[in-house]
Amino acid sequence: EIETSLFFLSPRITLDLLIIKTSVALTILIKYLRDNGTKMSQDQQAVNGVSCVSKVLTLDTMNPNVRRVEYAVRGPIVQRAVQIERELREGVKKPFTEVIKANIGDAHAMGQKPITFFRQVLALCSYPDLLEDNKFPEDAKKRARRILDACGGHSIGAYSASQGIECIRQDVARYIERRDGGIPSSPDNIYLSTGASDAIVTILKLLVCGEGRDRTGVMISIPQYPLYSAALADLAAVQISYYLDEENCWSLNVEELRRALKEAKQYCKPRVLCIINPGNPTGQVQSRQCIEDVIRFAKEEHLFLMADEVYQDNVYADGCKFHSFKKVLFEMGPEFSSTVEMASFHSTSKCYMGECGFRGGYMEVINMDPQVKAQLTKLVSVRLCPPVPGQALLELVVNPPQPDEPSYSTFMKERTAVLAALGEKARLTEETFNSVPGITCNPVQGAMYTFPCISLPQKAIDKAKEEGLIPDMFYCMKLLEEEGICLVPGSGFGQKEGTFHFRMTILPPTEKLKVVLQKIRDFHLRFTQEFS
Amino acid sequence: MYVMHEICSSVKNMKQLDFSVLVRRANQIKEELKQGVKKPYRELIDVSWGDPHRTGVKPLSFVRQVLAGCLYPQLLESNRLKVDVRQRAQRLLETCAGGSVGSYSDTAGLTQTLKKVSEFITRRDGGVPSHPDSIYISPGSQWSLTNILNILVNPEASPKTGVLVPAPSHCVTTQSILGLGAEVLPYYLTEEQGWALQVEELQRAFDSAKGVCKPFALYIINPGNPAGGVQSRKSMQEVIKFVSEKKLFLLADEVYQECVYGENVEFLSYKRVLAEMGPPLSETVELASFHSASKGLIGECGLRTGYVELVNLDPSVLKLLDNLFSTNSCAPVLGQLTLDLMINPPQPGDPSYPLFYEETQRIRTTLIQNVRQVFEVVNSLPGFSCQPVEGGVFAFPRVYIPPKAIQKAKEVGMEPDTFYCVRLLEETGVLARPGSEFGQKDGTHHIRFCIMTPQHIMEELLRRLSIFHTKFMKEFS
Repeated sequence: EIETSLFFLSPRITLDLLIIKTSVALTILIKYLRDNGTKMSQDQQAVNGVSCVSKVLTLDTMNPNVRRVEYAVRGPIVQRAVQIERELREGVKKPFTEVIKANIGDAHAMGQKPITFFRQVLALCSYPDLLEDNKFPEDAKKRARRILDACGGHSIGAYSASQGIECIRQDVARYIERRDGGIPSSPDNIYLSTGASDAIVTILKLLVCGEGRDRTGVMISIPQYPLYSAALADLAAVQISYYLDEENCWSLNVEELRRALKEAKQYCKPRVLCIINPGNPTGQVQSRQCIEDVIRFAKEEHLFLMADEVYQDNVYADGCKFHSFKKVLFEMGPEFSSTVEMASFHSTSKCYMGECGFRGGYMEVINMDPQVKAQLTKLVSVRLCPPVPGQALLELVVNPPQPDEPSYSTFMKERTAVLAALGEKARLTEETFNSVPGITCNPVQGAMYTFPCISLPQKAIDKAKEEGLIPDMFYCMKLLEEEGICLVPGSGFGQKEGTFHFRMTILPPTEKLKVVLQKIRDFHLRFTQEFS
Repeated sequence: MYVMHEICSSVKNMKQLDFSVLVRRANQIKEELKQGVKKPYRELIDVSWGDPHRTGVKPLSFVRQVLAGCLYPQLLESNRLKVDVRQRAQRLLETCAGGSVGSYSDTAGLTQTLKKVSEFITRRDGGVPSHPDSIYISPGSQWSLTNILNILVNPEASPKTGVLVPAPSHCVTTQSILGLGAEVLPYYLTEEQGWALQVEELQRAFDSAKGVCKPFALYIINPGNPAGGVQSRKSMQEVIKFVSEKKLFLLADEVYQECVYGENVEFLSYKRVLAEMGPPLSETVELASFHSASKGLIGECGLRTGYVELVNLDPSVLKLLDNLFSTNSCAPVLGQLTLDLMINPPQPGDPSYPLFYEETQRIRTTLIQNVRQVFEVVNSLPGFSCQPVEGGVFAFPRVYIPPKAIQKAKEVGMEPDTFYCVRLLEETGVLARPGSEFGQKDGTHHIRFCIMTPQHIMEELLRRLSIFHTKFMKEFS
C-alpha cells in the first residue's frame, strides 16, 4: 500500500508537501522493505525512492503476472534467517549460536556426504590429466572417458545439444526400462534439464494457453511444492487445487479430484493434472491402486499428466513402494498406454545423492503429439543446454557401479547408509512430534520432509493478525527468533482453511535432529502456554 | 486425437530455425565418417557455436584443477595439485554450504562469489561502485536475460511489448523475446562501417512500432554477435541518451567483453559510460548488464554460468524480481566457483602463474592471428567480404551469392545462405551458420563462424572455405 501510494500520490501535490510526504513515506518504505528482507541497501533505496516517479520499470508497467509469484521455500522467513546469520557473524548475542536451516531439501548443507564414485568421475571429467593417476579406480576412469568422448572437444565446458548429450539420454532410457520392468523408453522422449524444476516450468509454459474461460487450468495438490503455484502465477494459468486427505495419511482421493475439476470447468479449461509422488511437503507414497485411479481419471477427463517423481528413491515406510506412473500406465494395457499423455520428472538433487548444486534432471514425455514435441524442442533450445556436469552426474545416477565393478561395494555401502539414516530420521521425527500435545504428525512415508499439523491458541491467531502475519508464519518467525531454527510455514504450501502446519526437513544428522526436535517441542509448549 | 495439441501461442511464434537441418546432417556425416565412409575430409570442423572448447581450444589448467579439487576434496590431501590450487579449492569449498559443491547456494548466488563479482566490476569500471545486492548469478547469461525480459514483458498487453534488437542478432535472444509474447523491433547495424550503430536507425526502428507494439526495452550486445564491432564511448553515450529520451529499459549484453582485438579498440561497460555521464542520466537510466563464464579465454559454456547486474531499478520491482529468481533455486555451484576463478586468476608469483600465463597468451595470440587471417583471406576472394572483427568470437562475412544459386536455393526451398552452408558442409565438412537466421538487410547474405579456434583449425578452415567458395561462385556464375 505504501509503495503504490508513493507512486500515485506525488504528482498531485505541491512541492513542499511532496518533500515532507516523500521523506516520511520514504522512511516507512525503507522500514517496510527492510522488514520484508529486500536486498537493497538503504542508500540505494533512498536514491531510487526519490526518482521513482520517472522510472520506466515500475509495479504498474511490469508484467503483472510476476507480481503474484511467491516461493515460500526461499521466501521471507529465509531472508530473516540469513539476516540473523549475518548478525551472529557480527557478534550479536542470541539464545543460539547457529541457525539451523531446516527449510530447504538440501542434504549436503546438512552434512550429508557425496557419493565417492560420483565425485571421482566428475573430478576426472573436470581435469582429465588425473586419468593417469593410479589413485582413481578403473571403473571411474572408464566412465569419465566415455562421458568426455561424448562432449564437444572432449570437454565438459562445451555446449551440448539442447536436449542433452545423446549417450546420456540413451542411458536414462535404459535406466527407465530397467526400473519399469522392461517397458520400452526412447531416448528421443528424454529431455535433460537444469534440475527437474526447469523441465516442469518448460512443460507448463508449453501447455498454458487460451483466453478467459478457455484459459488452461492446472490441477495441483494442496499442500503442494510452491514451484507449481509460482509457475502457474507467472504463466497466468488457472490453479485448480485438489485437497489431499490429512486424516488418511495425506492420501489422494479421486472423488476430490472430480469435485475440484467440476467446479473449475465453470471458469477455465482444465488440461493438466500435476501429482508429486512421493509427495512434497507431505511425504506420502501413492499406492498402486491410487495411481491407477488417477490415470483413469486423467483419461476420462482428457488431462495431461505431470508426474513429479524426484523422490523416487526416498521411500521409508513399511508397506510403501514407489510405483512409477509410466509403469502403471503401461501395465493398464494399450487402451491407456497408447492414449494418456504424460511427462514424468526426475532429478539429481534428492534421493541418496542430494546433489542440488549441480542442477541435474530430466523429463520423459509419453504419447506427446509430434507437433507439440517439435514446439517443445524449439522451447528448450532457448536455454542453450543444461549444465554439462549435471548431465554427467545424471549419467552416473542412472548407471551406477555394477556388482562386478571395483567401486560397487563402497557405492552400495554409502547409498544404503544414506537411505537407512533418512528412514530412521523419518521415524524419529514422526514419533517425537506425535508426543507433543498440540502437534500431530502423519507418518513420513517418503521424500525428506515432515508436515505436521500444529494447533494454535486463539490468542496467538489474534496476535498474528494484529502483526499482519498469517498465524503459522507468526509461529515460525517466533521459533526462528527464539531458537534459531528455520522452517517454512504451511501457508507457503497451501492447507485447509483454519488449519496450520509447518514443513521441516529431516536432513540434519541424527544427533542434531534430536536436538532440533527437542527444541521445537519445548518451543511449542512455551508458545501454547504464552498464548493460553 | 491428442489432448495436448493446443499450446502457448507465443511458443508457436518462435521461429523454426533452418539450422536444425544442418545439425541433423552434420550428425549424420559424423556417423558416416566413423563408419569409414570416404569423404574429401577426415573430420568435421564445427564452428557453428561460440564454443571454444568444441573447436579444440583447451580449458585453462588452473581452472580445471581447482574444480577437480572442489569436486573431490580427497585430492587436496596430497601434493598431486599445486599448493595455490589446493588453497583456492579449500577457500572456495568453505564458501559452500556444508563444504560441498552439491548444496544449493542462496538465490542470487554464493555470498562470497557475489562479493568477488562486485569487486571485479568496480575494478573493471575504474572505481564505479558495484554492490553485491544488485547482482544475480544464473545458469548462463541468457537465463538471467529471460528472467529480466519476463518481468518487462506483459504477455497480455495490447498492444504487445516491443524490444529493439540489433539486426543481425543472436537468434537465442530473439527467440526468447518472441517466446515471452513480445515483438522484436530490429535496428539495422551499418555493415559498411564495421557494423556501426546509427542513432537515426534506432529512431527509425522505434517509429516502426507505431500501430504494431509499444517499445519498452532496447537490447544491445557489445562486443557484437554475430557482428564483430566494439562500440565507441560516443556511440554508447548516444544509445544512453536515446533510451532515456524514449523511456526504454536498457539491456546490455556484454558477455564478449574479454574478447577485444585491434589496436585502438577498448571495451567500456555500459555501466561505466553511464556513471561517467553523471546525473541525471547516471541516476535514472535503468540498466541490466550481462556477463558470463562461457566466453572469453575461460570458455566454459557447458558449465552454464552468467550473471546480471541491475542499475537504477525500482526497489519494489527488485523485490519481485528476487521472488522470480528464487523459483529457479540457484545457479550451478560449480559454475559459480568458475566465475570466481575467471575474475581472480593466478597472479605473478603464484606457482600456477607461469602455466596460466602461457596458456592464456597462446589463446590471445591465436585469436589476434585468426582475426587477421580471416580478414585477409575472406577479403581476397571475389564474392566474399568481411568487416574487421574488432571483438566477439565470430566472423560474419558477406557472401555475394550469384542469382543462379539464389534460384537453385528457391527450388529446394531454402534461404540462399542456408543453401550455401548446406553445400559447404557436404563438400568440405565445415559447419557454419547461415546469416538468414540472424536477420540481415534484404538481398544480402552472410555466414557466421566462430574464430576462437586453435591455429591449425583456423588455417584448415580457411583453406577448405577458400576452395569451396571459389568453386561455388564458378559453378553458379
